[in-house]
Amino acid sequence: MNGERLLALMRKEMLQIVRDPSSIAIAFVMPLFLLLLFGYGVSLDARHVPIALVASHPTPQTSAFFAGFQGSPYFNPRLYPDMPLARRALMGRDVDGIVWLRADFSRGTLQGAAAPVSVIVNGVNANNARIIEGYVQGVWASWLATQAQRRGSPLILPVDVRSRVWFNPALRSHDYLVPGLIAVIMTLIGALLTALVVAREWERGTMEALMASPATMAEILVGKLIPYFLLGMGGMGITLVLAMGLFSVPLVGSFWVLVLCSALFLMTALGMGLLISTIAKNQFVAGMIALVATYLPAFILSGFIFDIHSMPWPIRAVTHLIAARYFVSILQTLFLAGDVWPVIARNSGALVLIAAFFLALVARISRKRLD
Amino acid sequence: MGWYGRVRALVMKEFLALLRSKASRTVLIVPPLVQLIVFSFAATFNLQHVPVVIYDQDQGGASRELIARFAGSRYFSIEKMLASSQHIARMISDKEALLAIRIGPRFSQDLALHRSARVAVLVDGRNSNTALVALGDVNAVIQSFDNRWAATHGWHAAPAVLVERAWFNPDLRSRWFIVPGIVGLLTLVVALLVTGLSVAREREAGTFDQLLVTPLAPWEILVGKAFPGFLIGTLEATLIILVAVFGFGVPFVGSIWALYLGLLLFLLAAIGVGLAISSASATQQQGLLGVFLFMVPAVILSGFATPIANMPRAVQYLTYLNPLRYFLIILRGVFLEGDGIAILWTQYVPLIFIGLVTMTIATFLFRHRLT
Repeated sequence: MNGERLLALMRKEMLQIVRDPSSIAIAFVMPLFLLLLFGYGVSLDARHVPIALVASHPTPQTSAFFAGFQGSPYFNPRLYPDMPLARRALMGRDVDGIVWLRADFSRGTLQGAAAPVSVIVNGVNANNARIIEGYVQGVWASWLATQAQRRGSPLILPVDVRSRVWFNPALRSHDYLVPGLIAVIMTLIGALLTALVVAREWERGTMEALMASPATMAEILVGKLIPYFLLGMGGMGITLVLAMGLFSVPLVGSFWVLVLCSALFLMTALGMGLLISTIAKNQFVAGMIALVATYLPAFILSGFIFDIHSMPWPIRAVTHLIAARYFVSILQTLFLAGDVWPVIARNSGALVLIAAFFLALVARISRKRLD
Repeated sequence: MGWYGRVRALVMKEFLALLRSKASRTVLIVPPLVQLIVFSFAATFNLQHVPVVIYDQDQGGASRELIARFAGSRYFSIEKMLASSQHIARMISDKEALLAIRIGPRFSQDLALHRSARVAVLVDGRNSNTALVALGDVNAVIQSFDNRWAATHGWHAAPAVLVERAWFNPDLRSRWFIVPGIVGLLTLVVALLVTGLSVAREREAGTFDQLLVTPLAPWEILVGKAFPGFLIGTLEATLIILVAVFGFGVPFVGSIWALYLGLLLFLLAAIGVGLAISSASATQQQGLLGVFLFMVPAVILSGFATPIANMPRAVQYLTYLNPLRYFLIILRGVFLEGDGIAILWTQYVPLIFIGLVTMTIATFLFRHRLT
């Protein structure tokens, strides 16, 4: 590899980047746009859930039970006088659930006879419904505790569960979604940046001119890779700064490990883009493949939002081929748990393998040949 | 030749342009099917086979009974029984297990003496939603153990018990929520791809000027360009609906007329957006970029994966401009909640409005494209 020729090629690529602002837009504007969109648009934290409260026979006991809902930031409770009205509200999607205390509630609680409390949720959005059920259980448990205290006898349930959540005790979904987003966004941008560059040379006929020059194929490829790598790292920097600044996600691990792993991941994304570009030789088809083959898999199959363990095994097997899966794991660990070396080493190793595979494949396919 | 003959000729030409090349035929059929299958299997919030480690300090009959309940649950897969607590922290942070359960040393003894027995649960919170769902599943197992133990060993009942029920989706399967959403998602993708490039393609080839000097009136061009989108969109949506009902067993309890009325109005809006993007673009590449820049926010801000109610207020107002938002409500309402036309008209009206506005913009841009 000749340093002078490489520098000349890189200079040419830099000039092209500066003259056609579209790659600068992809590298700097797209991450901004996507991170703002996803950061504000994607959240799994339900707050102020509209819920109907119905007491068939209102008494001080039922009011005491409902007080737990009125004070909670999770609920936006509305009192309904009877069940038919509450049912209609649930059907009309005015409320997401109903808590119904039957006529015998007060008598039952005073006599310790296990009065049933009916909880009905709209199960269409199953995940949200489960979260709401969890909140209702929380209100119920704290009511049980106050009841027990009032009567002077400690509440006794057979099993006393003490649960602790590590790494994200407040269970803020932003804290894991935003790091995961960095992987989704950079997959897209890395692949888009390079997906078009080789295809463009073929389309414009300048690939033949490059081949006629004394530069070797390796020099041509490296000359393309380095400028876009620098551009991509710029975009990555913006994304990281925004994630930590605007969305205030804490970074527990070390910054330099994060930068190193990001560089590694960017290589896999750029390598994939180069591969698409080399095969497609047409900007339109290359752009299409880059969108379909990168964005959706990174979103769905990376563990960014959906748990990989719960997928059926053929799909679990496919996720191993997706670079974003490893990067999501690294990002969530670095941001929330810290430098856990076994996790980082395992996943970085996979990233190195994938990057090497893509780049080797590109080098193998790209021969100086006209067909 | 009357307007009918002219429009028919244009429609024929559009179909030929669309289906002539193998690449564009493939793009219309293969990615939607692959996405349907992969999405439907992978996109679930329900957990299965969560890796758990258990440290049983008690080794008594009661603790074995509790462990058997975890072993018998399909939500959990017991990775290892630990003999000491020293590896628990490492196994969680290395992601070998998502959950660690420690049963206290006097578990059986406490239960025999009618005292609350201690169980500690530690969960990896890096993905807070998964952590929340897993904790809910642990609580469900323990609650069923509690109920059985209290009933068979003569314990006092709690003063109130929760009886939970979910309407429309009794088992809270998130697949029932996701799959109808995919119908909307893929219909949007297909409609935008078919129409989003159609005017731009003619502009690039220079044939659009020829079209403008034919006897076709602008509205006739609009109808001719929109019709293939309607036909292909309806056919693909029907195929996906059939797969959803017969392949994935999603219940379909509402009115099929309400669904197809919604589908036609949604296609009107989506095709309007596609034609407007296409008429504003000079090249296919710009058209593709425009489609992408519309589609990504439209998917995120539709309530497809995460509820609109969780978004900040300003972003929630933005979702009113999104046709997919209304169609998803129609789809889920018809599939799961048994809605008919009378309930859903509030969703139809905005779709008609968006359709008319975007179609008008598209017709205007035919002649007055901004350069």
